[in-house]
Amino acid sequence: MDGFSIRTEGLKKDFGPVRALKGVSFDLSAGLLHGLIGSDGAGKTTTMRLLAGLLRPTEGSIVYSGAGGPVSFTEVRRGLAYMPQQPSLYPDLSVEEHLEFFRELYRLEPEDYARRSRELLDITRLEQFRGRRAGLLSGGMYKKLGLICALLRSPSVLLLDEPTNGVDPISRREFWGLLYGLAAGKILILVSTSYMDEAERCARVHLLESGRLLASGEPRSLLKAAGAASFEDIFIKKAVV
Amino acid sequence: MNDTVVPGRGDKGLLRNRVVEVENLTIRFGDFTAVDGVSFSVRKGEIFGFLGANGAGKTTTIRMLCGLLAPTSGVVRVGGLDFDDGGNGIKSIVGYMSQKFTLYDDLTVGENLDFAAGLRKLPAAAAEKRRAELFGMTGFDRPLTAKVSDLPGGIKQELALAAAMLHDPEIVFLDEPTSGVSPAARARFWGLIRRITAVGKTVIVTTHYMDEAEQCGRIALMRAGRIIALGSPDELKDSAFPGPMAEVDFQGSDPAAPIERLRKAPGLLALSPHGMRWHAAFSEGALMDAALSALPVSVRVRKIKPSLEDVFIRLAGGAQ
Repeated sequence: MDGFSIRTEGLKKDFGPVRALKGVSFDLSAGLLHGLIGSDGAGKTTTMRLLAGLLRPTEGSIVYSGAGGPVSFTEVRRGLAYMPQQPSLYPDLSVEEHLEFFRELYRLEPEDYARRSRELLDITRLEQFRGRRAGLLSGGMYKKLGLICALLRSPSVLLLDEPTNGVDPISRREFWGLLYGLAAGKILILVSTSYMDEAERCARVHLLESGRLLASGEPRSLLKAAGAASFEDIFIKKAVV
Repeated sequence: MNDTVVPGRGDKGLLRNRVVEVENLTIRFGDFTAVDGVSFSVRKGEIFGFLGANGAGKTTTIRMLCGLLAPTSGVVRVGGLDFDDGGNGIKSIVGYMSQKFTLYDDLTVGENLDFAAGLRKLPAAAAEKRRAELFGMTGFDRPLTAKVSDLPGGIKQELALAAAMLHDPEIVFLDEPTSGVSPAARARFWGLIRRITAVGKTVIVTTHYMDEAEQCGRIALMRAGRIIALGSPDELKDSAFPGPMAEVDFQGSDPAAPIERLRKAPGLLALSPHGMRWHAAFSEGALMDAALSALPVSVRVRKIKPSLEDVFIRLAGGAQ
């Protein structure tokens, strides 16, 4: 399957008198890991929610395209997975019951489900906690369960809002290994993060600050252009401008 | 690597001033052993950190130390008190800020603090005086009438800390207090932690941010319910990496083949990606020099000191 691409042009979003996004234009292509980087209030979550179809832009446009040109959002939505910062899970259902619930929701074939759930439980190290209720999981484990639920049906567009916040360093690395594998399979992935080492691992980085796009590009090119030694430096420099 | 416990510096002083003592602490939930024979002590005024992967047993250990969970076996002594009265004595002398629920979003700042004071049965005048002290210390300047749901994440955490310390506890337990908070707010919060310990309080904290863990006096690293290393950040680094370490930057070229060769290099202890670069640890300098000199000329290498993140990856996960 050829992946989807997304182009935003002049994206603006107002919440009452507050303009959260002030004209953001960027391109997201399948097969690459895209990172959305910015401090609190930069507009990352608003951008994610617009791309996921959960908000309507005040101005500007979002164009979704497949191999044959632009496609409707309805077509994209079938393969779109969005994980918010605080995943919406059921505190009284166990890890296993969540997987069963989403299996039915996505109408997954038994073999696909068995392979996929085993793989995801293994990567996230949640296997030994499959009987534990979501409400009793630690913050990091709760995020991992949200991620498993989002990935259970092999999405073609994956939007992850700060998925590794509260996740331990080892699981963060394993999680990024998983994302690389997914990106190679022509999935469009956009991840927001506040970890600068994670930003450096993206193929393309989009820097947001106060609702504006400061820069977009390959991390190494951005470093070179800014004459910065590390990604943290470049971000601070750009954010200050 | 075998499980190691590095003795902390100043253990003699620790013996005199210890406010938390734990011996062979174990808790089981059915067949699952969440904490398995843990022993350590914490001295007065210390910032003591717990690190470990999600599910390693950090929160369960803290909940036993707070008097919220009864251990299956072992000894817990906090401020000289044990579990004889069902943990009630311990609860009265500790403050606890959990990683999940600490404040009521629909209540105001003042209402939340009044509620916390009520739970601790503090007289109104004493609660008000203490609130003013805590606001002074934390620099909290939001109105008492502000609704908690309207506060930014970092400010909420500062308020949660104030609520946990309203009864003036000697020991404060903070379970991932900065999770989901911006880097600037995290730095501010750790400034508060240092101020708390400067006046003689003891702080026991868990975090997944390794830059925060660097600020702890000592750290207990947990894996599968056990403490696998205990010591100051520098002691943990020396213990996990007795030899040198280098940062390897492939400068955009494909690292797959040289990484594969590095993995097989004699004396390699650990190799892991860090952002765009890799960290390679060796058992000795000569072996490192030999391995690095075999890399393509375009690759940039420099010697570095290991970070706590390197330690965590090597010890907590049993990585390569």
